[in-house]
Amino acid sequence: MATLLQIHEPGATPEPHVDDSALAIGIDLGTTNSVVALSSDTKPEVIRGEDGIALVPSIVAYAPDGSAIVGQLAKTLLLDRPEAVVSSVKRLMGRGAADLKKLAGQLPYDLTDDAGEGMVRLNVAGKSLSPVEISADILRALVERAEEQISAKVTKAVITVPAYFDDAQRTATKDAAKLAGLEVLRLVAEPTAAALAYGLDHDAEGLYAVFDMGGGTFDVSLLQMQKGVFQVIATGGDAALGGDDFDHAVAEHFLSSRASDLGEVEISSSEAKVALMTGRIAKECLSHDESGEWVIEAGGQSTRHSLDRETLNGLIEPLVAKAINTCREVLLDGAVETSDIKGVVMVGGSTRVPLVRTEVAKFFDTEPLSNIDPDEVVALGAALQAEALTQGSDTLLLDVIPLSLGLETMGGLVEKVVHRNTTIPVAKAQEFTTFKDGQTAMSIHVVQGEREMVDQNRSLAQFVLTGIPPMTAGAARIRVLFQVDADGLLIVSASEDSTGIESKVEVKPSYGLSDDEMATMLRDSMQHAEEDMQLRLLGEARVEAERAMSAVEAALKADCRLLDDGEKAAIGNQIDAVIQAVRGTERDLINTEVEKLDEVSRPFAEKRMDKGIREALAGVSVEKLEDGFTGES
Amino acid sequence: MIEQTTTNAQDNTAPLVPCWSCHGPLPAGDAFCSTCNAVQPPASVDHFKRLGMEPTYDVDVSGLDKVYFDLQRSLHPDRFATKTSKEKAFSQSQATALNDAYETLKDPLKRSDYLVHIKGVSVMAEGCNLVNDPSILMEAMEVREKLAAAETEADIAAIAREAKSEIEDVVTGISLAFKGDDIEGACQLTTRLKYLTKLLGEVRQRRAQISSS
Repeated sequence: MATLLQIHEPGATPEPHVDDSALAIGIDLGTTNSVVALSSDTKPEVIRGEDGIALVPSIVAYAPDGSAIVGQLAKTLLLDRPEAVVSSVKRLMGRGAADLKKLAGQLPYDLTDDAGEGMVRLNVAGKSLSPVEISADILRALVERAEEQISAKVTKAVITVPAYFDDAQRTATKDAAKLAGLEVLRLVAEPTAAALAYGLDHDAEGLYAVFDMGGGTFDVSLLQMQKGVFQVIATGGDAALGGDDFDHAVAEHFLSSRASDLGEVEISSSEAKVALMTGRIAKECLSHDESGEWVIEAGGQSTRHSLDRETLNGLIEPLVAKAINTCREVLLDGAVETSDIKGVVMVGGSTRVPLVRTEVAKFFDTEPLSNIDPDEVVALGAALQAEALTQGSDTLLLDVIPLSLGLETMGGLVEKVVHRNTTIPVAKAQEFTTFKDGQTAMSIHVVQGEREMVDQNRSLAQFVLTGIPPMTAGAARIRVLFQVDADGLLIVSASEDSTGIESKVEVKPSYGLSDDEMATMLRDSMQHAEEDMQLRLLGEARVEAERAMSAVEAALKADCRLLDDGEKAAIGNQIDAVIQAVRGTERDLINTEVEKLDEVSRPFAEKRMDKGIREALAGVSVEKLEDGFTGES
Repeated sequence: MIEQTTTNAQDNTAPLVPCWSCHGPLPAGDAFCSTCNAVQPPASVDHFKRLGMEPTYDVDVSGLDKVYFDLQRSLHPDRFATKTSKEKAFSQSQATALNDAYETLKDPLKRSDYLVHIKGVSVMAEGCNLVNDPSILMEAMEVREKLAAAETEADIAAIAREAKSEIEDVVTGISLAFKGDDIEGACQLTTRLKYLTKLLGEVRQRRAQISSS
């Protein structure tokens, strides 16, 4: 066999990736706290700050110059400069003004009035900011923390989202990462990430429930775990239920007694913030103490408030009952009885609350497991998945879509196209027809939710399919295709089947950000946007070059006999040229050299096809001629 | 539902198509190129063939799980997170087709519906939708009344037991019908299975109602 010229083994090409390191982090972007973790050799570890603490409060303070301070320091500023500090912004992700009306009275946010149809905006330190921008600041702080620890640039991450997040909320999370200059390898559901960390650590097998109650969101998932497969059977939850609500309940209790003590009527926004913080402290204390007393100091007046655990339990009981009821519904969805469940994994800081633990134990009739710190387990799972996605792995996560996706039909009714708890990725199509003679356009309204009427569900997008050829009513065949990817994000396309007219929209939720808004934000808030974008494109060009080279190398390995020395040399030289280009940073050059490689190896490809067809024919003729002749092709 | 066209290509005589990545020959329908290992777009085959199974009603669920998991292990988008966008897209289509096939074949009702569809398109063009069977309607009303009147866990358990045991019988019946190529018979039993499955869902709902009150 002729020796190959200068052919590099696949994967052994001179490391073009050293600078943009293959490291990917796992991020639990929480309502109250966030955690970043990194895994190597399937041993994930949370990344701690200088103070040794892994939790980064999801609180952002804005300095007069617009710079953001994230975490513990911002938390201490919450009381002094409440107008410049934002907490629990996750609750506003992907939310429109109308969504928040029911919550507005109790949320300590100063919303911008003229947000119109889009996502809400907040007035912070004299600026109007979207929740996406604020979340991006939190993500930047987490990336910085990771980069300091490992002394390398981090550009890739797995970010967790509540399982019950809808398309708008997931999209907003991905947009925030984009703003922070992070490539999201995958959005993973928080309970699924927790199950991954837990299952790999404990060799768990069988049916498990994950009860995940964080600061602002509640999820419960049922997972079948077996030999490295994590299959979500059903999931449910409440994207607006968590420890924050416990704090609110306590704060309201305190504020009503304060109001009667002081004879006040109006409660100021900063008074509400102080009361909330006191409420949280009281709740946390009562997780280990039976009772205590707290002082609320605001507006120059202080009041004293005592609380015991029994009263606390009374205050939060309706909220815990709501969560337990969701557990009941999820079991129903999964067609599972509590006796089928092998264990319940507790996730999220709010599962430290004694009433939550006792009620969960009572409902599932088993002592819940919390061997892994409930505040860290999600980030650990995210880090494991980040490693699996970049380094390869045998584990398999099969997640589901949490809420049904459908279309508006006659009379404001919803026709479900993809049902909740369907394994993703998924694609389903639905056929519709025209309603009037000569109708040439059709409005398509995409919604997410379980209710029967459109206005009771979340509206995701609306678009119009035009150019339908005029036909009699009912003759056109409009096919609407829903595709949900592994991140749980939806793309809808519609086509008229008899003519092939197609209209494709990547669903940008009504409450999401438009591409223009996104571009403006990228320009405004990030000096390195252009540079980051170029880097990303360069990265993509390199990945494509790697693919092209390893394809040709594999072909040479299999079929080099088809080539003479000259042809071999030509291909070998071109591979070298691609390698040289990949070492550099010129994207156009890489693309050009890859194209040339494609060209120079085209005759080789033709020879290989010919040979393949000849061999196949030879095989057939031998079989056919078996009883008489020996076939010679 | 996504329409699948059925092809009966035999693996050993599958026509050769060029791999999109290394341009070499590969048998149509292969998930990966045997030369350069690039993932290919999914083949247009029926659900059974996609999961490498014979088109029969008697499916061993644990065997099905194993085949499905093994295929997803190599085709799921998680395996392609750092690959080119084309490979990501093909992997997504492959995984989507696998999920569709698995979801259909795992469930005794959907499997039966599907098998009637591919075996008896000419016999039962409109599918198994004989809801206008008056005897089923009468029966359904009676059982629903019984269910609404059930106040204790034991009452409900009795209804559930009855439904489950009949489901077992019907599934056996469907299996026999398919074995005897009695598509119409299979279709009728499938309608019955639809009703029983729905009933069992209502039983669970009622049970949840009772335990939460």
